Amino acid sequence: MSPAERFASRVADAYAAKQPLRIEGSGSKAFLGHPVDGMPLDTRELSGIVAYEPSELVITACGGTPLLELQQVLDERGQMLPFEPPLFSDQATLGGVLACGLSGPRRPYAGSARDLVLGTRIVNGKGELLRFGGQVMKNVAGYDISRLMIGAHGTLGVIAEASLKVLPRPEIERTLVLDMDASQAIEAMNRWAGQPIPLSAAMHDGDQLYLRLSGYASGVDAAIRRIGGEEFPESDGLWLAVREHQHPFFASRDDATALWRLSVPSTTPSLGLRGSTLIDWGGAQRWLETDLPADTVRAAVAKVGGHATLYWHGPLPASTPVFHPLAPTMERLHQALREAFDPAGILNPGRMTSKP
Amino acid sequence: MTAFHSLLQALQQILSPHQLLHRDEELIPYECDGLSAYREKPMLVALPDRVEQVQAVLRLCAEHQTPVVARGAGTGLSGGALPNREGVLLSLARFNRILDIDPVARIARVQPGVRNLAISEAVAEYGLYYAPDPSSQIACTIGGNVAENSGGVHCLKYGLTVHNVLGVKLLTIDGELLEIGGAALDSAGYDLLALITGSEGMLGVIVEVTVKLLPKPLVTKVLLAAFDDVEAAGKSVSEIIAEGVIPGGLEMMDNMSIRAAEDFVHAGYPTDAAAILLCELDGTDAEVEAQMHIVQAVLKTRGATDVRLAADDAERMRFWSGRKNAFPAVGRISPDYYCMDGTIPRHALPQVLCGIADLSAQYELPVANVFHAGDGNMHPLILYDANIPGELERTEELGGRILELCVEVGGTITGEHGVGMEKIDQMCVQFASAELTQFHAVKAAFDPAGLLNPGKAVPTLHRCAEFGAMHVHHGALPHPELERF
Repeated sequence: MSPAERFASRVADAYAAKQPLRIEGSGSKAFLGHPVDGMPLDTRELSGIVAYEPSELVITACGGTPLLELQQVLDERGQMLPFEPPLFSDQATLGGVLACGLSGPRRPYAGSARDLVLGTRIVNGKGELLRFGGQVMKNVAGYDISRLMIGAHGTLGVIAEASLKVLPRPEIERTLVLDMDASQAIEAMNRWAGQPIPLSAAMHDGDQLYLRLSGYASGVDAAIRRIGGEEFPESDGLWLAVREHQHPFFASRDDATALWRLSVPSTTPSLGLRGSTLIDWGGAQRWLETDLPADTVRAAVAKVGGHATLYWHGPLPASTPVFHPLAPTMERLHQALREAFDPAGILNPGRMTSKP
Repeated sequence: MTAFHSLLQALQQILSPHQLLHRDEELIPYECDGLSAYREKPMLVALPDRVEQVQAVLRLCAEHQTPVVARGAGTGLSGGALPNREGVLLSLARFNRILDIDPVARIARVQPGVRNLAISEAVAEYGLYYAPDPSSQIACTIGGNVAENSGGVHCLKYGLTVHNVLGVKLLTIDGELLEIGGAALDSAGYDLLALITGSEGMLGVIVEVTVKLLPKPLVTKVLLAAFDDVEAAGKSVSEIIAEGVIPGGLEMMDNMSIRAAEDFVHAGYPTDAAAILLCELDGTDAEVEAQMHIVQAVLKTRGATDVRLAADDAERMRFWSGRKNAFPAVGRISPDYYCMDGTIPRHALPQVLCGIADLSAQYELPVANVFHAGDGNMHPLILYDANIPGELERTEELGGRILELCVEVGGTITGEHGVGMEKIDQMCVQFASAELTQFHAVKAAFDPAGLLNPGKAVPTLHRCAEFGAMHVHHGALPHPELERF
């Protein structure tokens, strides 16, 4: 029996016993979702790189593989995970970041975690080890269940293995800083994203706009001359801090304010919500620190066609939903899908909705 | 009154006479899609032009337990829009309006019957375009593109449909409207957008699509490299990518395709070459310049016998026209051809090409190869004559063997054309019973009665058992746990 089969058999046992499971990697993203009452299932026993062929632009690794290990292997061959996964701990696993569906600053320009996933092996709620997708760029055989797993927080299956598209690291990355307010920044971010320049990140920290350019030195130079502004010396450090929530904006973790992630159309004007905002993803992802009630935040975001995820409860009751509540028809469909993958309801029950 | 008449009468209440076809001669144009080897007349054709009408059609079909097959332009190559004899063919062709273009946000909201190329044409004035460009882009619709997760020649750099669509409005079989995604980059809950994209009309009917638009590259250049050895061409592909260059497009054609295309469109291809590569580089002047040096060096080292840079846009279009017309070009040299769509890891290319050559000899059917080399998606074209008894069957069997070869080297039976009706048996080779059962469970979550496009995309386990009984692979029966019929 392979390690993956052994792992799957544990889920099969739990299915037979109707024993709920709490799926865990390193716990770096344990805060992102409702607590799960269940027997721990540690994904880190499935660890290691399964296949890596740089000229194929694909890496395959087990779900429990530490992301740092993965990144190091890619780095040695001059490649990278284009979606710049947030780690939130140096122990973070590949399966964890995929299950949470998290992507870093490069996301609007290079794709999200789900965009880069080519295939998975998953264990469903019956303990079956299933393979979907593959290791090739184009694959439309069967429903895209691999991508459905991304951001499902383990409630549809445990990611035992994943194949991801990788890309060459850009020859150079440089960052420009321009003084402007949030509304000017939103306008500028969208304007530059519509131009054929090698833009790879765009963020506004409340006072200044930061634009990162990546690619061949000559192309980046040309774009820098075109955009103007000052060059920011600590390019790598800045984007790492934004990605990892180590930027000063994220420093306060207290009972006075909650931290929200707002996903909105990139051109959405400032929402005018009380508190402070950091704008990332070229306007499409906004971090909000506020003492406003959850309903106020969610109503404002829903009105512009977005959704809000609660990263830090602060003053809000622990029962406040972490994820944006779904419309009733959508909730019914989600429930039907959960039952299709996990008929006994043992995979991270209640993780996404607080009620199992 | 028969079930047919009862449904017809009910549909006549919601559709005008010219929106509802039921006479034999009216149904014939709908009896196949781009895969004309499969034909079936539907019971009825509905041509609604308002979302409320589509909703009503679906509700009536659900009520009458009548199958529904959605269809866009009917250019699909896997029989995905093949009608059901006892069902309604639901054409979305009249939903052909672009609803909204937001050049600042770089998105467009369009109806499903809008043609792929029409989007790029409509947004060209803003310096934007819609990236996926299947070779049928002049005719195929965006709704069909979403249903099939269509690709094209620029996928390695710019992705497939799934990477370029932000949202869809979908009607369930009960006529309920679901808004999935939108103008933001992600949405709450599961990633249903990924699930819907490529679901081949099995989960719902798409009535609106929000697409992402990209800025047009400032500069686009195309190199044509000739090789007297297919393997050297294949190795150049891997090496260009290993050198860190991601070309906008990277295509390969073998000698038979080169000659057919040259005869047809006079693209200026070297007809004596064993293989040619077309390499498109795009970006700013400086970026293209930097990549051009690297690519030219690789081609030289790998022994390209001739490397030509398209001198101007006209020559660039001419280079591409040969590739884009490769299918009809092959159609001119053979009474019929059958287009396959396997994807393989690039390193397996020489092995698979040898395997195809062996199979071609064994089945006594010529095979021309065109290949999206950058992303490993190959389109072997089997040349046959449907008028020769038994030749279509032999062709399908050869096609099946080629797809199994793709699976064997770690690839897939379909890169961008979809499973549809055509590759349904090969699904049994690529997936195990538990995986197929999981697909059926997903389908049932959306469509418990199985009315949407029944019998396509995912085979029943019984079908696999029958297929397996006919077809023993490497001495091992697939799905050994199943009873044989």
